[in-house]
Amino acid sequence: MKYLDEYRDERIARSLVNEIRRLATRPWVLMEVCGGQTHTLMRYGIEDLMPAGIELVHGPGCPVCVTSLEKIDEAIAIASRPGAILVSYGDMLRVPGSHSDLFRAKAAGADVRIVYSPLEALKVARANPDCPVVFFGVGFETTAPANAMAIWEAKQQGLKNFSLLASHVLVPPAMRLLLGSSVNRVQGLIAPGHVCTVMGYREYERLSADFHLPIVVGGFEPVDLLEAISMLVAQLEQGRAAVENQYARSVSYDGNLPAQRIMDRVFEVCDQKWRGIGLIPQSGLRIREEFAAHDADVVFKLDLPRAEESPDCISAQILQGLKKPTDCPAFATRCTPENPLGAPMVSSEGACAAYHQYRRHTALVGSSHHE
Amino acid sequence: MSDYAKTIEGFTCPAPLPSKDTVLLGHGGGGKLSAELVRDIFLPAFDNPALARLNDQAIVNVNGTRLAFTTDSFVVKPLFFPGGDIGSLAVHGTINDLAVGGAKPLFLSVAFIIEEGLPIEILRKVAASLQRAAKQAGVWVVTGDTKVVEKGSGDGLFINTSGIGIVNPGVELSADQALPGDKVLVSGSLGDHGIAILALREGLEFETTIESDSAPLHTLVESLLQTGAVFRCFRDPTRGGLSSTLNEIAQQSHVGIELEERVIPVREEVRGACEMLGLDPLYVANEGKLVAIVRAEDAQKALEVMHKHELGREAQIMGTVTNSHPGMVTLRTTLGTTRVVAMLAGDQLPRIC
Repeated sequence: MKYLDEYRDERIARSLVNEIRRLATRPWVLMEVCGGQTHTLMRYGIEDLMPAGIELVHGPGCPVCVTSLEKIDEAIAIASRPGAILVSYGDMLRVPGSHSDLFRAKAAGADVRIVYSPLEALKVARANPDCPVVFFGVGFETTAPANAMAIWEAKQQGLKNFSLLASHVLVPPAMRLLLGSSVNRVQGLIAPGHVCTVMGYREYERLSADFHLPIVVGGFEPVDLLEAISMLVAQLEQGRAAVENQYARSVSYDGNLPAQRIMDRVFEVCDQKWRGIGLIPQSGLRIREEFAAHDADVVFKLDLPRAEESPDCISAQILQGLKKPTDCPAFATRCTPENPLGAPMVSSEGACAAYHQYRRHTALVGSSHHE
Repeated sequence: MSDYAKTIEGFTCPAPLPSKDTVLLGHGGGGKLSAELVRDIFLPAFDNPALARLNDQAIVNVNGTRLAFTTDSFVVKPLFFPGGDIGSLAVHGTINDLAVGGAKPLFLSVAFIIEEGLPIEILRKVAASLQRAAKQAGVWVVTGDTKVVEKGSGDGLFINTSGIGIVNPGVELSADQALPGDKVLVSGSLGDHGIAILALREGLEFETTIESDSAPLHTLVESLLQTGAVFRCFRDPTRGGLSSTLNEIAQQSHVGIELEERVIPVREEVRGACEMLGLDPLYVANEGKLVAIVRAEDAQKALEVMHKHELGREAQIMGTVTNSHPGMVTLRTTLGTTRVVAMLAGDQLPRIC
């Protein structure tokens, strides 16, 4: 398939692996931010191709994993109201809230529907004018423009029954917190290609300068990631710290300006709670007051009890790259995709789920070099 | 920074949810949740040796004749799709469950569960299609039943079919017989049915030329058995796709299975749709594909016979049974690395981005 096969080509991949082996003279810890990248690394066993000393750790870039417990409880509460229709991306349905998840709410009679785009949720709203229709708008800068567009269109079209339950998070503030931590181990960063497609990579230049950190904007296919790794290792070995763009077929310096404009028109930056990390200042987006009629938080005025999480899983350390899923005593025993203890075991972008799905054999057929 | 370190200690995650109190849609997905229902509810309730083999059909001995018996229910939505409809599917599904046991299918029963309000014309079309499929496959629909439920209690039309066939002496096929060294064959491209259906779903409509692969496999099985090659088992990878089928064989036979990604047949359009939707074709349903586990020295012969049959033109030898990692299916990727092909927990979920 064009534009895919060449990025999964064994010959190109091998030559990049050789390049990384040639470049790397010392151990380096690299982090990929985005869950989609984590998924590719696991699916193609790229860890196994790395020379000893190159360690890949996985960042907080799975939108399903970092959506706060409170928001999931809210979504379940809204879905459970008679007459209400909750519309969501598919992989939010299995994420555990405090007491339930959306699949269980659906089994108990709630009207929960899966779509691929918030604009589909507008169709649902038009088709059901007497029902409140709520789209569960989670995600990073990638999903924010389409969600903003849905609100914008709902307002233009006077779709009074449509609202968005917004839980948007931003990558750079979270990375800043993580890199500034006293326990940070990350020496090079693969920046999220889809987020940068929307936002450009201006913001990452400040991160790179402040932390003297090499950053490469990377794509999502195995050849993309291998190339990004080799570019990072080259910078590290040369003592450079710059932002480079591996994913140039999609990412430009300024990003998608119309997308940024609609985001800015509808949302404003706010403090945001991240599941597994806690409150991060100025790291989220909320709906501007002008659009309050389409803000599910305002429309439903939910006052739920504060959500309590049990201290049973180490997703916090995993989302920050401090530990690997296989370091967790509950991994693949008490915590499985059927019975997830934490969100990273739910979405295929979650690090724990990616390990569980693709990497359990390493214990049986030889582990990767650095474990 | 120190504040941050403090926050880290406070990081928590939710307690597990009790998962056994309610039936979820995922329990019907053909993955682990489905297997749990069978193991925890149905096997203890109906415990007997024929059932305990957990094959797609039971084979029982009646006065010296080996009868194969199976049943399947069809709840496909929409009722009509490119490449078939609920009627033809109800025939093919049950025939295939018999065929993979090595049986010659003979008789079917058909039960219609109809939701009040269904246009008679639709029922007429479905019945005609069902009869056409039965005739083409050489089986008779010999008994049936009709129930009508109130509006809202069904989804238009559900069909159950049961089937009876006869297994020749000497044919011994079962998912617990795979041995290290055996080869794994597949009769053609994977994922066609699931993607053809998905393309029609509300909210997902995309234009595609993909047709369901719904087809009866019994003549393909018959021609394979006639070769005298030693087959351990046949399966048709329906719900849960190839992954579920091979994981079941690996578990029941206590062997590992190693697949070669490069040779697994998947149509370009199906790959494209899967890329777009964030799905893996190894988990997508098929309705006319045969997976065969065959003794290594017979693999080439079996492949040639498949290639000569119209349903097996794109057949491939795609893997090997091994004695390492018993119960687990692995795949050698196009990059030469190895990964696990896990069994799905519930339904495959579309990803956010």
